[in-house]
Amino acid sequence: MHSFGHRLNGLLTFSVTILAIMCAIASLSDNLNTPSPTADIKIMNINWFQKQPQGNDEVSLTMNISADLQSLFTWNTKQLFIFVAAEYETPKNSLNQVSLWDAIIPAKEHAKFWIHTSNKYRFVDQGNNLRGKKFNLTLHWHVMPKTGKMFADKIVMAGYSFPEEYR
Amino acid sequence: MGWIEENMKSTHFRQILSQAISLGMVISSALIIWKGLIYITGSESPVVVVLSGSMEPGFKRGDILFLYMNKDPIRAGQIVVFNDGRDVPIVHRVIEVHEQRDSKEADILTKGDANPHDDRMLYTSSNRWLQRKYIMGRAVGFLPYVGWLTIIMTDKPIIKYILLGALGLLVITSKE
Repeated sequence: MHSFGHRLNGLLTFSVTILAIMCAIASLSDNLNTPSPTADIKIMNINWFQKQPQGNDEVSLTMNISADLQSLFTWNTKQLFIFVAAEYETPKNSLNQVSLWDAIIPAKEHAKFWIHTSNKYRFVDQGNNLRGKKFNLTLHWHVMPKTGKMFADKIVMAGYSFPEEYR
Repeated sequence: MGWIEENMKSTHFRQILSQAISLGMVISSALIIWKGLIYITGSESPVVVVLSGSMEPGFKRGDILFLYMNKDPIRAGQIVVFNDGRDVPIVHRVIEVHEQRDSKEADILTKGDANPHDDRMLYTSSNRWLQRKYIMGRAVGFLPYVGWLTIIMTDKPIIKYILLGALGLLVITSKE
């Protein structure tokens, strides 16, 4: 370790290694967190339920979404991406997942919320299978860290169903 | 000029050979690590740089993503990297999945978090849905800012040549 080049090389290698280790430890510390989130979704109204000219069913609905996701935040969390998806099966498809609404929660203070909203994204089926069909509404969340591993999980709420007839 | 001549004269054949072999070892180990990563993660490009702002504020331009791919089915909410025959792959989130009962093939729709509309307009050859075969991997981990070097080297290739030239010069003129 005598020349400037040697010292610079040693310094750079050491600092990059330390940075990498710090990022790994930050990410591992997320495993110490045991979250306990809660959520509830009520469908307030089916605004309309029609068959499109191409033959696919489309529905518009208004929901009340309330949730407490504060326990998911750690010091290494940058934001929480959450979305509500409707999940159901049809004769042709064993699983359909359609995202209806999503939001980004940037901080712990905003993670306990209540929102009254209609579906942000169009709910269109592949076909016309929705009349009278039962479906689940699932609240998914993705924890996006400041560095490291991303976590995702969900709460499934069952027991919703479409009207028997178009309206 | 005299300095360069001196350098050339004082290196013996063995020294040049050993330097060439060390260089070869460094390049081979880098290749082994890269190919090993491709095998472990099951993805053709295990590390990608985020190039656009369509996933902000979660992923900014210059962040790098670690990808992993296995036979698990694609589900809504996963962040996937796909390439359906375009110049650069796209990193977006899956918002719709329609998985067929018999064939287990799935129709997939994606959207960038910061984009107002889904990606249907972006898919090549007027496909209305994305298929699993175009998906190169799911994002499982992330490091901020590290990818800026790659972006700078792509936008201003002169910097790439300067770096390579400087490295080459260092290798030739170092005496060990």
